[in-house]
Amino acid sequence: MLDALAHLGRAGIGAIRRLGRGHLLAASMLLGSGEVLRRPGLLVTQLHSVGVLSLVIVGVSGLFVGMVLGLQGYHVLSQFGSAQSLGVVVAASLVRELGPVVAALLFAGRAGSALTAEIGLMKATEQLSGLEMMAVDPIRRILVPRLYAGFLAMPVLAALFSAVGVLGGWFVGVGLLGVDDGAFWSQMQAKIDFHEDVVNGVVKSLVFGFVCTWIALFQGYDAVPTSAGVGRATTRTVVHSSLAVLGLDFVLTALMFGD
Amino acid sequence: MDRSEAQGEGTPPLVRIRNLCFSREGRPIFDGVDLDIPRGRVTAIMGPSGTGKTTLLKLIGGQLRPDAGSVEVDGRNVHALGKRDLYRLRMRMGMLFQSGALLTDLDVFENVAYPLREHTRLPESAIRKLVLLKLQAVGLRGARRLMPSELSGGMARRVALARAMALDPMMILYDEPFTGQDPISMGVLVRLVRRLNDASRLTSVLVSHDVQETASIADLIYVISAGRVVARGTAQEVMASDSPGVRQFLQGLPDGPVAFHYPAPPLAQDLLEAA
Amino acid sequence: MQRQRLIEIGVGAFMALGLLALFFLAMQVSNLSAAGSGEGYHLKARFQNIGSLKVRAAVTMAGVPIGRVERIEFDQDSYEALVTLRIESRYDRIPEDTFANIFTAGLLGEQYVGLDPGGSDEYLKDGDTLEHTQSALVLEQIIGQFLFDKAAGGGK
Repeated sequence: MLDALAHLGRAGIGAIRRLGRGHLLAASMLLGSGEVLRRPGLLVTQLHSVGVLSLVIVGVSGLFVGMVLGLQGYHVLSQFGSAQSLGVVVAASLVRELGPVVAALLFAGRAGSALTAEIGLMKATEQLSGLEMMAVDPIRRILVPRLYAGFLAMPVLAALFSAVGVLGGWFVGVGLLGVDDGAFWSQMQAKIDFHEDVVNGVVKSLVFGFVCTWIALFQGYDAVPTSAGVGRATTRTVVHSSLAVLGLDFVLTALMFGD
Repeated sequence: MDRSEAQGEGTPPLVRIRNLCFSREGRPIFDGVDLDIPRGRVTAIMGPSGTGKTTLLKLIGGQLRPDAGSVEVDGRNVHALGKRDLYRLRMRMGMLFQSGALLTDLDVFENVAYPLREHTRLPESAIRKLVLLKLQAVGLRGARRLMPSELSGGMARRVALARAMALDPMMILYDEPFTGQDPISMGVLVRLVRRLNDASRLTSVLVSHDVQETASIADLIYVISAGRVVARGTAQEVMASDSPGVRQFLQGLPDGPVAFHYPAPPLAQDLLEAA
Repeated sequence: MQRQRLIEIGVGAFMALGLLALFFLAMQVSNLSAAGSGEGYHLKARFQNIGSLKVRAAVTMAGVPIGRVERIEFDQDSYEALVTLRIESRYDRIPEDTFANIFTAGLLGEQYVGLDPGGSDEYLKDGDTLEHTQSALVLEQIIGQFLFDKAAGGGK
C-alpha cells in the first residue's frame, strides 16, 4: 500500500521534473532566437524537412477529409432540403477545426516524430556533446531553427489542408452530387467570416505549431541516449503532441468562439 | 625524447585537477582525485571500465560540474567561467569522441570545415586549403566527399581527429581512441596521436584501457581505480608497480581487487533456495 | 550547393502554396472579397419584402442561374428594398417587362431571385430597373392568410 503510494509519488515528481526541464528548454530556445535572424539559411533547410516533406501527407489527407465531409454533409443536409448549405458545413468545419487540428496531428506524426528521432540520435551518437565541445551551442544551432521552422510551417500546412479540403468537398458536392455551384460558394462566403473564422484558424495553428515542435524537440533532447530510449521518446512525442493539440483546441475554441 | 622529463617542473601544468569529487545518482565516481597534465606531452588516464574516464574528460571540458574540487585549464577554473568564456576556452580544446560524433548530415569535408565556418570568417578558399591540409594529415584527403555513414569506425575517428585539429587547439582530449579497432587502424591511430602531438606542439590527454598501445606512446600514465588515482608515472614505472589493483588491470588478471564475481550470496545458498 | 538550391526552391514553392491557400480561404471561402468583380451588367429591382435573400444569392431564369445578387440596400424614401442584380453579359436579351420573384428553394432552403420573361421586344440594359416584382413569401403571412380565409369560409 505504502509502496504503491511511494511509486505514485515518484512518478509525480518525475513528471514535474520533466515539465520543468521542458520549460527551461523552451526558455533557452526563446532566448537564443536571435540565431534564426543571424543564419536564415538554417531556417530554410529546416523548413524544407519540416514543411515541404509534410506537404504530401497533409494535402492528400485534406482532400479526403474534405470529400468525406462533402459526402456526409450532403446526406444529412438533403434530408432537410438544404443541401445548398453544404459549402458552409464543409468550409466551417475545415477552417475552424479540422484544418488546424488534423494538420497538427499529422504534423506531430510526420514531422514531430522525425524531429525527436533526429535530435535523440544526435544525442545518442554524441553529436550534441561534440558540438558543445566545439564551442557551438546545440540549443541555438540545432534546436532553435527547428522550433521556428515548425512554428512557421504549421499555419501554412493548416491553410493548405483547409483549402484542399474545401476543393474536395466542392468536387463531391457540386461535381458528383449536383449541389448548385453558386449556392455552394455563395452560402459559404455569406457564412464564413474572414476574421472570425480564417484568422482564428491561423492563430490556432500557430499555437499548435509551437507546441508540437517544442514537445518533439524536448523529447529528443531529453531522450535516454540509447536506441530504445529514442524509440520511446518518439512514441511519447506523438502521444503528448496529440493530447496537447486536442486539449489546447478546446481551450482556444472556448476562448475564440465561446461567447 | 626523454620521458622522465615528463614530470618536469619548469612550466606549470596545462590541466590541474585538485580534490575532484563527482557522483552520479548517488554513486560516487571520483572521490578526491588529484591530477596534473603537463604541457606538450601525451598523458594517458587508464583504468577498468566504469571508472569514469569519459566523465573525467567531460569534467575537463566543462560539460559536467563536479560536486567538489576544482579543474583548472591553462590557469582558469573551468567551472567558474561564464558561458562565453567557457566557449572561448573550448575553442582551444579539441575532443575526439569514441564514436567520432561526426555530424551525419554533412560529408567529410564539411565536417572538418564546420568549426572553421562556425568560429572564423575565413574566405571559402582559405577554408578549403585548411581542410585539405588537416585531411592530408590524417590521410583521408581522398575521402572528402564521403558521408559519415560510408566510413569505417577507424576512418570516422580520423576524420573526427582532423576536425578536432581544425582550429589548431592547445590540447586534444581522446576518449578511448583505440577501442574496437582492428590492428591496422589501431596502429594508424596510435602513430597519428603521437605524431600530431609532437608536430603541432599539442598537449594530448588520452583515456583508454588498451594497455599496450597506450603504454607505447604515453609520456605519463595515471591509473584510476575506485574513484582514486592508484598509480602515476612513466610506462615503466607504472608497469613495475606492485599495487594489486594496478597489476590486475595492466596484466589482465581475471580476479583480484576487481572481483570476477558480481556480488552475490554463496552459490550453495542460491541453489538451495531455488529447489 | 546543387542540393541547397533544390531545398530553397522547395521551400519557396511551399511558402507560395501556403500564401495561395490563405488567399483562397480569404477570397473564395470567406466574405473578404467585396461584392464580386465586374463581369456582366447590372439590373435593379425594388421589392416590398425580400425575406431572407442574401447577397450572392442566385438569379435564375427558367431555373437556370444567369447571375447573382450583388447588393441589397434599403431605400428610406419608399421603404422598399433596392436589390442590385448582376447578370452575365451573354444573357443580354431579357425583355423589359420581365417579372422578378423571390422564391425559396425547398421548404427551408436558400432564397433566390427568379425572373419570368415578359413579351416585350425591348431588352433591358445595364442600370435599368425591373418594374414588376413579387415579394418573398413570408411563411407567417401565408399561414396567417390561410387561417383568415379558413375562418371567413367557416362563417359563411
